[in-house]
Amino acid sequence: MRSFYITLKYLAIALWTAFVVGPFLWALSTSFKDFSSVTSGAKYIPWLQFKPTLEGWNVLWRTPARGGVDIAEPFMNSLMVTTLASAISIALGTLAAYALSRYTFKFGFVKNNDITFFFISQRIMPPVVLSIPFFIMLSKFGLLDTIAGLVTVYIVLLMPIAVWIMVDFFNKVPRELDETALIDGCNPFQAFFQVVLPNSIPGLVVATMFCLIFGWTDFFFSFILTFTEVQLLPVRIVALNSSITPWWSLSAAALISVAPLLLVAFVVERFLSKGNLSGALK
Amino acid sequence: MRYGHKYVFLLPGLLVLIAILIFPVIFTVRLSLSGWNSYNPGLDFVGIKNYVRLFTSDPRFWEAFSRLAFFSLTTVFLQYILGFGLALLVWRDVLFKRFFRVLFLIPMMTTPVIMTVIWKTVFHESLGPVNDFLSMFGLTPLWLSDPMLSKVTVIIVEVWQWTPFMFLLLLAGLLSLPKEAFLAASIDGAGPLRKFIYVTFPLMAPISIGAIIIRLIEASKIMDTIYVLTSGGPGTSTETTSFYIFIKGLREFQMGYSAAMSFTYLIVMILSLTVIVNILIRVFIGRND
Repeated sequence: MRSFYITLKYLAIALWTAFVVGPFLWALSTSFKDFSSVTSGAKYIPWLQFKPTLEGWNVLWRTPARGGVDIAEPFMNSLMVTTLASAISIALGTLAAYALSRYTFKFGFVKNNDITFFFISQRIMPPVVLSIPFFIMLSKFGLLDTIAGLVTVYIVLLMPIAVWIMVDFFNKVPRELDETALIDGCNPFQAFFQVVLPNSIPGLVVATMFCLIFGWTDFFFSFILTFTEVQLLPVRIVALNSSITPWWSLSAAALISVAPLLLVAFVVERFLSKGNLSGALK
Repeated sequence: MRYGHKYVFLLPGLLVLIAILIFPVIFTVRLSLSGWNSYNPGLDFVGIKNYVRLFTSDPRFWEAFSRLAFFSLTTVFLQYILGFGLALLVWRDVLFKRFFRVLFLIPMMTTPVIMTVIWKTVFHESLGPVNDFLSMFGLTPLWLSDPMLSKVTVIIVEVWQWTPFMFLLLLAGLLSLPKEAFLAASIDGAGPLRKFIYVTFPLMAPISIGAIIIRLIEASKIMDTIYVLTSGGPGTSTETTSFYIFIKGLREFQMGYSAAMSFTYLIVMILSLTVIVNILIRVFIGRND
């Protein structure tokens, strides 16, 4: 009975693993194909079933003038927008979360919980609702198709995540920590930056990871708010899909865009297994 | 002791967020009262004409809404069941525990639109591996061009993408559960199933509610996957609210009308999420009282 249960368990794990890994393996195999090996039906194993070529990968580094796709530039744009927006969101969101966790606010009938809810509830806004007014707002300020414009919009996407994670995290950091620092003669800012913040690294890491994920994977805003000057990676790759569907370069580009966040998966798992996430995610 | 400094902590974030959002929100409301379209661009005032049209003569919007409800509820339900199951599988004593944890997290780290492009090749009706496999049994389902099956395809992709998120929140919850409760249950001689029903599940109730709500909020915005996978098709069989608003607003440039739809969408969303929260609390916790 017990061994049956264990077999079932590993069978379930194996099945889900196959489901998770499947599309990646397919993309990896496809990225080495050419026109004839794609259009002659599904093939899986290079050399055995088709002759691998590096064309799908090479085309990504060539400039459009030489018939390439050039994903290096959108890759850097994506990296820049994501990190800038994450940094600003984490900085402002952490400060606000600390205030909401430690002090009492009252503006009329609006109290701490309502302010926290206001921050987090911005995630409810469907991107399509915001896209038209953002389009008009950014064009008024001349920020359409610029990095600065995208960063502005991404702050709305990311700050709620930072506040959500950090409020819960600060609620679990003992208040005695700040109080001792204040008694020792720190002013509230010194207490925060020199005592509380260094003790909040796990929360900060988790919040940063989530901001990076949601920034890096967003498509709709960059799709609507940029055209030619600043293209982000998802937009460039999806554009490949709409033309004659060169599956090989599409697959190679997809794998490149996924790669940086694999690192994030390892970091998140580390914090998860050490039990540091339980306080940060609730 | 004076507390003026508390505002220095709170206000920068709060004001930045309000400053970015105040114009879009007010503008959407104002735009919804105008007849702005591609022939007649400008903020004229037509009263509640757009809302009258929406509530009396646009069944397509409400069909898209019920489709959205169908997609969100099914995908989040499946994600919860699967995510909880996976979290329980790699919670304790499993070989290569940490390896599988990383692996199960990976899909949520990938860009939905990009992975959907890959999924589209996977489900390709004549060149994709899924039908290559099924054709051995004489089956060649039309994953993307059959009105019923295309819904299933969207659900499969959404479950692949977002079950890891549920898994992450639930596993974090499981790992933070107090050991004493399980020890007490073991001493009482409870088997694994009883332990789950009487100890694990009740202890996980608050986290479950939180995780389901977060996923429902995110799922209700579903747009990217559908845009790439089916573009709402075939016909309108996978069209959700976001996508319909996108077509009206940014393809046909009926700005005023799409703003009215956006505003209605938001209000309905907030109301239904409030109702759902209450139902969830009753299902998970309220049973006892």
